[in-house]
Amino acid sequence: MELDTGNTAWIIMASSLVLLMTPGLAFFYGGMVRGKSVLNMMMMSFGAIGVVGLIWVLWGYSGTFGTDVGGFVGNPFEYFGLEGLTDENSLMAASGVPALVAVGFQATFAIITVALISGAIADRTKFGSWLVFVALWVTVVYVPIAHMVWGGGLLGADGITSGLSTPIDFAGGTVVHINAGIAGLVLALVIGKRRGFGREPMRPHNLPFVMLGAALLWFGWFGFNAGSEFAADDVAGRAWINTLVATCAAMLAWLVVEKFRDGHATSLGAASGVVAGLVAITPAAAAVDTFGAIAIGAVAGVLCALAVGLKYRLGYDDSLDVVGVHLVGGLTGTVLIGLFATDGDNAWYPDGAMNGLFYGGGVTQLVTQVIVAVAAMVISGAATFVIGVILRATIGLRVSDEAEVNGVDLAVHGETAYETIGGARRTGTDGTGRGDTAHDSLGGTRATTEAKR
Amino acid sequence: MTKLVTGIIQPHRLDDVKAALEAAGVRGMTVSEASGYGRQRGHTEVYRGAEYTVDLVPKVRVEVLVEDEDAGLITAVVIKAAQTGKIGDGKVWTVPVEDVARVRTGEHGTDAL
Repeated sequence: MELDTGNTAWIIMASSLVLLMTPGLAFFYGGMVRGKSVLNMMMMSFGAIGVVGLIWVLWGYSGTFGTDVGGFVGNPFEYFGLEGLTDENSLMAASGVPALVAVGFQATFAIITVALISGAIADRTKFGSWLVFVALWVTVVYVPIAHMVWGGGLLGADGITSGLSTPIDFAGGTVVHINAGIAGLVLALVIGKRRGFGREPMRPHNLPFVMLGAALLWFGWFGFNAGSEFAADDVAGRAWINTLVATCAAMLAWLVVEKFRDGHATSLGAASGVVAGLVAITPAAAAVDTFGAIAIGAVAGVLCALAVGLKYRLGYDDSLDVVGVHLVGGLTGTVLIGLFATDGDNAWYPDGAMNGLFYGGGVTQLVTQVIVAVAAMVISGAATFVIGVILRATIGLRVSDEAEVNGVDLAVHGETAYETIGGARRTGTDGTGRGDTAHDSLGGTRATTEAKR
Repeated sequence: MTKLVTGIIQPHRLDDVKAALEAAGVRGMTVSEASGYGRQRGHTEVYRGAEYTVDLVPKVRVEVLVEDEDAGLITAVVIKAAQTGKIGDGKVWTVPVEDVARVRTGEHGTDAL
């Protein structure tokens, strides 16, 4: 492999952008929960980084991009611990990007996919059980699905749709969003509703956090989508522009729905519309032209704004709308590729793919996209159900009712996010104190032993 | 004797009320954030299509300790400065205070004002 420094520099940068999305997600989700469980919500994202980052270099990358085993998974032992991985067999060898850079880029995708699921089970999940779920899910669900779509498995070019056309998932509509969305739905059903769901007020406690999180997600998403070209070229530019305009259209579309339905264009609606647009354009990022991107964004903004109300009607507590935004948005983008896919205008066009219905390609690509989306939902949904039920029956998924009512932050992490007057009193010396709160405010903290200098 | 004049006002009237009280010779006051509702009741907010009714609206509580004979004047000053004429302007009330002490010196009664 001949090293391409430009491409390599861009992918290292893009990987860092995508990694920032998960802390961004922590703020996006953290602002939407109640103040008593914001730390737990944010810790679920940070915990996913910790667990998946390690698994990815041990067996995750190898299981995804190693030699195919039966169409379902790569050989997890081939590059175990990244041993035996050379730049010649780098996923990005064609664009002159070394193997370790490719491993890093793909690690950030696995991390955010698992973290996305946490929004469905807010306010009520045991942190330790979440970490175990993360390890199992990334191994048993993410790695196989990513292999099937991107690693030459059953949902790729030579997979179940090989008699039709090649499925298009540029940056992860199926692998990331449909996958996490259906897993969120299943896990929310397995773990059950929050106490008081649909009766007690559960309004977002910090909307500026949600806006900050949406901003970080959008910023990072340029690495996610434009980086998925694996090179710094015209197709990456196409992905960048589509990631801009689809998101703009989706945000405005969501606000229009809100204005007519609820009377106000809200900040939460803007932040949600941004994410809906980003989700929908992900699989199509470089596969459609500018007008296709705008159309996909607008449709996703409307559909997701309508879909977030479903949980109240159908009675499942997908707390932060992982289904309404990621599953519905992911399906929207994946299916609409069947209408808007094009081989022109700097677009990315995998061998064997066809133009969409609106671009003279007939319905073949549309049918292919639907088959892959449904297959991914069935596989991910079933596997997630098994993991969820096993964990529920063994180590348990939920905190106690008392812990849930008083706040999972205090019960699980021994912390509270916000200080109140008279809230904490220092009762130990440095390093030995059991309470670690060290803020100074009116009556807030009192040192009962002399502080060490 | 001493009286406590408490005003519950619109938050955006605080600066004017504070300035008017200072101009009327008041040398100290306590201000705190409060929430409540009167005849205007609350309002509704919608988050991702889910509607919430917010009964308690943000207010500011201004408390001033005054000598008996000044209570009427101070009440009038607060009303004049806080009034917008719209619903939700708030309330002012006066209650007698049994004793007041200044923490720094230990003085009691009107000397402590």
